[in-house]
Amino acid sequence: MITRREFLKNTVIGIAAATVPLAAVEIIDPKKLFAQEAAEKTKVRWVFLVDTYKCVGCGLCVQACKLENEIPYDANVTRTWVERYVLTKDGRLLADTPKGARDGYATTRIDMGLGKYQDIKKNNIEKAYFVPKLCNQCENPPCVQVCPVGATYQAKDGVVLVDRKWCIGCGYCIMACPYGVRFFHPVYHVAEKCNFCYHRITKGMKPACEMACPFGARRIGDINNPADPVTKIIMNERVSILKEEYGTKPQNYYVGLSREVR
Amino acid sequence: MNPHVLRPLYAVIGIVVVILIARAFFVPKDFGVGARGYMYGWHRKGDEEEWKKFKIKYMGSEYCKDCHDKNYTSIKKSPHKNIQCENCHGPANDPTSDHYSDHRPKLAIDRSRAQCLRCHFPLPYPTSGRSKIRGVDPDKHNPNIECAMCHNPHYPDLEGSR
Repeated sequence: MITRREFLKNTVIGIAAATVPLAAVEIIDPKKLFAQEAAEKTKVRWVFLVDTYKCVGCGLCVQACKLENEIPYDANVTRTWVERYVLTKDGRLLADTPKGARDGYATTRIDMGLGKYQDIKKNNIEKAYFVPKLCNQCENPPCVQVCPVGATYQAKDGVVLVDRKWCIGCGYCIMACPYGVRFFHPVYHVAEKCNFCYHRITKGMKPACEMACPFGARRIGDINNPADPVTKIIMNERVSILKEEYGTKPQNYYVGLSREVR
Repeated sequence: MNPHVLRPLYAVIGIVVVILIARAFFVPKDFGVGARGYMYGWHRKGDEEEWKKFKIKYMGSEYCKDCHDKNYTSIKKSPHKNIQCENCHGPANDPTSDHYSDHRPKLAIDRSRAQCLRCHFPLPYPTSGRSKIRGVDPDKHNPNIECAMCHNPHYPDLEGSR
């Protein structure tokens, strides 16, 4: 027979025990702790910095990306692309990216889609600029969460990769990406996306798009290295990210991003 | 308990066992939770290495420098100094060009007007660097001939070369 006093006592002890986190009773191994700390220090986290003031829309980055990464040149798919935004004085916003700007912009006419074009007169332009886009290698990548087979994943350096042998081509990740960076590879019939030229950055080279850019508008960096010039800009200057409200924590930082850019 | 109740249960257990055995053969050994945990890191470890082995094509101007020293230095003195050799000459390690192995320049040079117009088509965009680049109207400025007929891309400034 349990007494009321005993019952209350056990309840209080029970609640107190339940509030103690599991970590508090874990025995700390100093060796393990040191190893973990050392690993954290050498950890690389790739990020990208785009300066939209510097971009002139030449599209050399897109050309280089397609050739480097073996994306069929004439198929209308690309891992990176450059968008053109034109805001008129009468308050209209026009944007286009013909062929992902693979051949640059050698026309003032804006591609409105469905074979329609619109020409904006010079004195009607309020502001106009180019915005290069590529995979954001999000810290919380929604494309990875939805993959039913574990074919897309985030490597320890933050880059999201697609396993071409394991992908079943369901297209769920293509739907899940809020930035629309994923597409079907026309040859391999699997999901395809920018991976910061993983084969290059892991060998100390720059991505093909950065190498091809004559204006220094695109730069890769390691956010965990405080001495990295890209990290210094991200930490000390005014940069913004795309679609912050989605909570994906994108890791492409933009200088001079305007609110029209989505 | 009646065997007619247990029989479907045995069938279900049998199916589960078959699936588990098939799975053991089918799923690669290096499949597992990676550095980013179950939600973001569930993958085949070997794929990381496979991506690292992907063939590099763009080597950068420094790669061309040793053999094509003259062309390298001439463009570095010109306003085109920031343009990589491979942007017009094509990727040096292009698997179809075989440039390096038989040491003959087989790279296709892009001499098209479109290549120059990527930057030199005038776009009057006040908040972009594009408006600061000198441009020509391609319909009026000697149409139908290659820019390289008059302008040397390695030293494009005609006034300066006089």
